[in-house]
Amino acid sequence: MNRFDYVRPSSVSEAVAAGAEPGSAFLAAGTNLLDLMKGGIARPTRLVDVGRIPGLDAIETLPDGGVRIGALVRNADLAYHQEFARRFPMVAEALLSGASAQLRNAATTGGNLLQRTRCPYFYDTASACNKREPGAGCDALAGENRQHAVLGWSEACIATNPSDFAVPLAALDAVVEIEGRGGRREVPLTDFHRLPGDTPQIETVLAPGELIVAVRLSADAAAFAGHARYLKVRERTSYAFAVVSAAAALRIADGRIEAARLALGGVALKPWRAREAEAALAGASPGFESFQEAAALALAEARPSGDNAYKIELARRVIARALTLAAAGTPERLPALPGSPFASGGSLHD
Amino acid sequence: MTDPMPGLTGPRARHGSTLGQPLTRRDGVLKVTGAARYAADNHPPGMLYAVLAVSRVARGRVTFLDVEAARAVPGVVEVMTHANAPRLATDPDEKTNPFAFRLNVLQSDRVRFPNQPIAVVIAETLEAATEGAERLAPRFDEEPARAALDDGEVFTPAVVGAGSPADVAHGEVEAGLGAASHRVEATYDTPAQYHNTMETHAVVAAWDGNRLSLDLPSQALAMTQMRLGQLLGIMPGDIHIRSPFLGGGFGSKAGVSGPQLLGIMAARLLGRPVKLVLSREQAFGPVGHRAPTRQTLRLGADGEGRLTALHHHTRTATSSFDDFYEAASGASHSLYASPAIRTSHDAVRLDTGTPTFMRAPGEAPGSLALECAMDEMAEACGMDPLAFRLANYAEVEPMTGRPFSSKALRECYEQGAARFGWAGRPLAPRQMRDEAGLLVGWGMGTATFPALMFQGQARAVIRADGTGLMETGAHDMGQGAWTALAQVAADGLGLPIDAVEFRAGSSDLPDAGIAGGSAHMATAGMAVHEAAAAAIARLADLATGDERSPLFGAGNAGVVARDGRLVRRDDESRHESYADILARAGVAEIEGRGRAARDPAAGADYAMHAHGAVFAEVKVDPELGQIRATRLVGAFAVGRVINPRLVQSQLYGGMIWGLSFALHEKAVVDRRSGRVMNANLGEYHVPVNADVPPMEAILVEEHDPYVNALGIKGVGEIGITGSAGAIANAVRHATGTRVRSFPIGLADLLA
Repeated sequence: MNRFDYVRPSSVSEAVAAGAEPGSAFLAAGTNLLDLMKGGIARPTRLVDVGRIPGLDAIETLPDGGVRIGALVRNADLAYHQEFARRFPMVAEALLSGASAQLRNAATTGGNLLQRTRCPYFYDTASACNKREPGAGCDALAGENRQHAVLGWSEACIATNPSDFAVPLAALDAVVEIEGRGGRREVPLTDFHRLPGDTPQIETVLAPGELIVAVRLSADAAAFAGHARYLKVRERTSYAFAVVSAAAALRIADGRIEAARLALGGVALKPWRAREAEAALAGASPGFESFQEAAALALAEARPSGDNAYKIELARRVIARALTLAAAGTPERLPALPGSPFASGGSLHD
Repeated sequence: MTDPMPGLTGPRARHGSTLGQPLTRRDGVLKVTGAARYAADNHPPGMLYAVLAVSRVARGRVTFLDVEAARAVPGVVEVMTHANAPRLATDPDEKTNPFAFRLNVLQSDRVRFPNQPIAVVIAETLEAATEGAERLAPRFDEEPARAALDDGEVFTPAVVGAGSPADVAHGEVEAGLGAASHRVEATYDTPAQYHNTMETHAVVAAWDGNRLSLDLPSQALAMTQMRLGQLLGIMPGDIHIRSPFLGGGFGSKAGVSGPQLLGIMAARLLGRPVKLVLSREQAFGPVGHRAPTRQTLRLGADGEGRLTALHHHTRTATSSFDDFYEAASGASHSLYASPAIRTSHDAVRLDTGTPTFMRAPGEAPGSLALECAMDEMAEACGMDPLAFRLANYAEVEPMTGRPFSSKALRECYEQGAARFGWAGRPLAPRQMRDEAGLLVGWGMGTATFPALMFQGQARAVIRADGTGLMETGAHDMGQGAWTALAQVAADGLGLPIDAVEFRAGSSDLPDAGIAGGSAHMATAGMAVHEAAAAAIARLADLATGDERSPLFGAGNAGVVARDGRLVRRDDESRHESYADILARAGVAEIEGRGRAARDPAAGADYAMHAHGAVFAEVKVDPELGQIRATRLVGAFAVGRVINPRLVQSQLYGGMIWGLSFALHEKAVVDRRSGRVMNANLGEYHVPVNADVPPMEAILVEEHDPYVNALGIKGVGEIGITGSAGAIANAVRHATGTRVRSFPIGLADLLA
């Protein structure tokens, strides 16, 4: 419980200036940061509360048909925004498969992208963690690592990114709008998170003080709305992080796949875009064989980082299933259990 | 004593008021409005906040604590370490009775498990105490941790569970196995589990000289009072414990825990009231857990599917410094008929906190392994699982030959199977799919739990205005004691429930025994029943012996108590109100005292158990392995049901616990450090609402004249037994894969 300053800027430019000061951390809903502070994992000396900056909580349709999601739009508000959910159904499905209703009501668009890994060795301050303390080592490597990464990991870090939301965003070529002291810039979501390499403590491309102000999806992304699903396999039906998840979207014409979008969650320290699989699907006829091939391509580079080889085979199956579901067409209504292989929630008393 | 149930003494419309009626919880409104005051809700004037610093190492010594840095935090009043903690009147390592667990309360620098308290920081605010605890920056002389069942030297404990022999045999097991037509040998692993009461262990302690006032959630007020008296060197009667509500106990609040004692010691050290509340993470260690087990079952059966032998062996773990052994093999003592049964245990010592009683101790993991093994044998015999269990139905207790005091298990099987629709279940696994292509499996398990009873007392008063008072130091852990015991009181006193003031949850009331072993309703209920009967008998003496009473000459057995009046049994037109009887006699009130205990002769002559049958349906995604229970039907014979609403809730809760056992719960322990890596409710999975299927708990009629006069057997734990095994068996039936390591996860089903 270190002492810290708290400032509440009233504009993005004020926030960016304040956030650039050493030791500062942006606070939005705090659904992750406050837990990290209580556990002594994050120790900012100053919280810059961006939660009340006006103008960041809008969902806007852009002239070209895309959508711009303000950084402070709550996860629940976005998922239940009818027009958004109709055009980007797998994003809504991913959002509703994450966390709990209470957390979704609070958590923000920008904050979701910046949530930290759930690796237990990151949270346990008595364990060695290169992400928490660069150079300390990684106790997960020879530890309890059934949930850890099978793609893109390094000896320095085998953690995964826990976000559901980021997975369909990666698949759909979302763009992150960032504001810093030097002005505004844009980064594709697939480039926003970094793989661990030798510097797992550097998790995103954000420079100190840079603030996510919005996330954009293009009209092109909405063209996948008819065949888009998010599938999340987890150890309980709700309120659990993905063991493996997949966002799969297809554009199908005349019985052929015109274009495919595919990304995985729970397998790497970033949402994992599977471009080789997408390329193989383009032009193929949708079906078991092409989906299997895509799945194999997506996992071609995978290797276990510990006691987690099962995740590689599981990921292949999740991809094949997600593509099958997508090919069958996006359901009219979001399923009662979003992202779940158990589509219907069942009634309490039938 | 402040009234723990304000607003509940006045009249209140409810449906039903007597035994057998589904009264709603009398404390329900207080709980949903937040008015119910739990231990940590108390703030006596001048109170300080205490926060624990705990060890990150599993074994070793504390070599350094930066006490100065902690003291330098503004608001910190004191730092209590092994250097300055008050010494105790009785060594907390002394085993004064088998239930007095050894406590780690800063009497030395020794560390014996992760999360052991190594210091207490006491401050004017919770924030200052928290910050102070962080600044202690402890250093340790660390020794290697022994964290897993394979890490220790195996030995056979003298006793297991609550004092049962570790190794018991009846008949010739090896001969029975040798002669069998079918043999099954299988090993089942269950992980360490933590109670995870919603209310973590807490205490608010205030000293006044040598008198001690405590707000402390307790499942055993009198036992806790006694232990604290010994440790603190004061008279137990000088300790007043208030425990009107517990946010769950499950066995972990049966005695005082080390952290709670530290709060009490801090209050004594500083001469000011102190509050100490464990964080969720800190509750993974010093307040008990269920030890891991590795159970090996060896079964033999003849050509007709009758058991020829059953050997149930359990390896479990205890701490390095104390003894508690999960008596998992005990589940095989009394359930199935076999000419040869052996139940045995051995154990290792690990650097963990001491395991303890956790809801259905022994039976929960034991029933799971036994029901899986029975299913494996049914399959080996080519029999339906239910038919196989019926073929091995125990008409008498198999190991002793004693009759059962009552046993409506056959009816449980029948009613449960009928309601579930068990008939027509394909014998072979992996035969059923739903319309979405998911694998569907049906499994079953037999539920059983001993019908225990402890000693308890109660005091009843009939007041001048004709209302009643009932006092007993009973414990409401959420199970509904406030309501069900008041029903027994009202019935016994012949009064509407709103005319009885019911007091419980405080150590200055008569000892109601412990709320554990599913025995609280039988124990406290019988004490209440006896106290009411004693008061009514005295009232009847007053009336029937007075020639001015319309009841004169009826004899005290010739009247019944009903609606605040004594009524002549043979002439209901003759009656008199309690108030009139007392007024004429010039008596302000009369008192009756009741004691409850099992009749020793009945206890010796009869085997006493509750029984049930649980039927489960699961669905499994054939490629992804994800599992979901979709239907649970239980039928339970638990003797007399005082309040069917509360009893069903208890059974549902138990069944969900069984689901949790089969599919979710596991403490993930780092083999190197011994630390629990998922010490939080986000990662230590228990079922969420979406995991809980439609459930039914059928209450099967059962009258038991031997367990106690009320015929109560107890319902707190039996719902777990049978359920976990039924779900595991359903997974096998759905997939064809037999998983023997729990919880069953999707990775187990990916092959």
